[in-house]
Amino acid sequence: MAFDSFGAFLTMEGHGPYVWASYAVFFLLMAVLMIGSYRRRNAVLQSCRQHAGSRSPRAPKPDSDTAPAATASFTRVDVSQD
Amino acid sequence: MWQFFHKLGSPKWFYGIATRLMPWLLVLGLLCLGAGLVWGLAFAPKDYLQGNSYRIIFIHVPSAFLAQSVYIMMASAALVTLVWRMKLADVFVKAAAPVGLVLTFISLFTGAVWGKPTWGTWWIWDARLTSMLILLFLYGGVIALDRAINDEKSAARAVAVLVLVGVVNIPIIKYSVDWWNTLHQPATFKLTEKPSMPAEMWVPLLLSVIGLYLLFGWLACLRMQTEILLREQRTRWVQELVHGSVSFNGGAR
Repeated sequence: MAFDSFGAFLTMEGHGPYVWASYAVFFLLMAVLMIGSYRRRNAVLQSCRQHAGSRSPRAPKPDSDTAPAATASFTRVDVSQD
Repeated sequence: MWQFFHKLGSPKWFYGIATRLMPWLLVLGLLCLGAGLVWGLAFAPKDYLQGNSYRIIFIHVPSAFLAQSVYIMMASAALVTLVWRMKLADVFVKAAAPVGLVLTFISLFTGAVWGKPTWGTWWIWDARLTSMLILLFLYGGVIALDRAINDEKSAARAVAVLVLVGVVNIPIIKYSVDWWNTLHQPATFKLTEKPSMPAEMWVPLLLSVIGLYLLFGWLACLRMQTEILLREQRTRWVQELVHGSVSFNGGAR
């Protein structure tokens, strides 16, 4: 440990605000990027599932979770391009 | 060789590989980055000149390094798009650009915050900082241009040309600290020399760089999967995938 106490670790001899602000921004942006990308992929997967369900010539299985989507008529899900 | 090339161009094949690779990239990336950052923040000795503010290096250098690497990867992919019209290359460019934008922003922000206690100023218009700002605009330009063109093929070509033109900025960023007088310190890692810092400082730094690289790999796979699904949602394999008859274990049921 490079610091004597937890307090010293937080203040970093006066440089604390700079160091912690940098790390906060880094973690915040990375978390937003990673969670956002993950959620979006799953949302797109979900929309593909609904698409396929409503267009598929085969009748959807009655107990599958795509069944409600199949009853909705031809909803096009617009997803942004990023 | 050509068969491999063909496979590489197949979105379906890539989707499967990505699904299998992603858990490893995520776990190893988080482990490396976590170890590097905890080591760097709490255990590495303080710098005799800059004090504790230098600990920003453990996020500043990895993000700046990645920001440039990502651009070089995008430029290679752009070349492939133009020469071989490979769809996956264009998918990569689109998936990576926002990540590059965020990384460039992080490196500029952490650089500014580090500059205040070290140089006494948040910002100066010197070569390194300005060329990095241009990189930020390049990423922004790539994203904007892609969104502005509706036709997929024209967008791919226009974006590829922009990315390739912008690559001239990369050597400028890299050598700016040698070519011009600047407040910015020279590179920490060089391929040909031993690092000028002690091992307790450069080992955690290297760990964070590797960790962030792996996390970029994870992000790129994930975002490429999204783009592939959007483009191929009408194809047979995507429909089979979402209905569970094709499984790439995990992610997609």
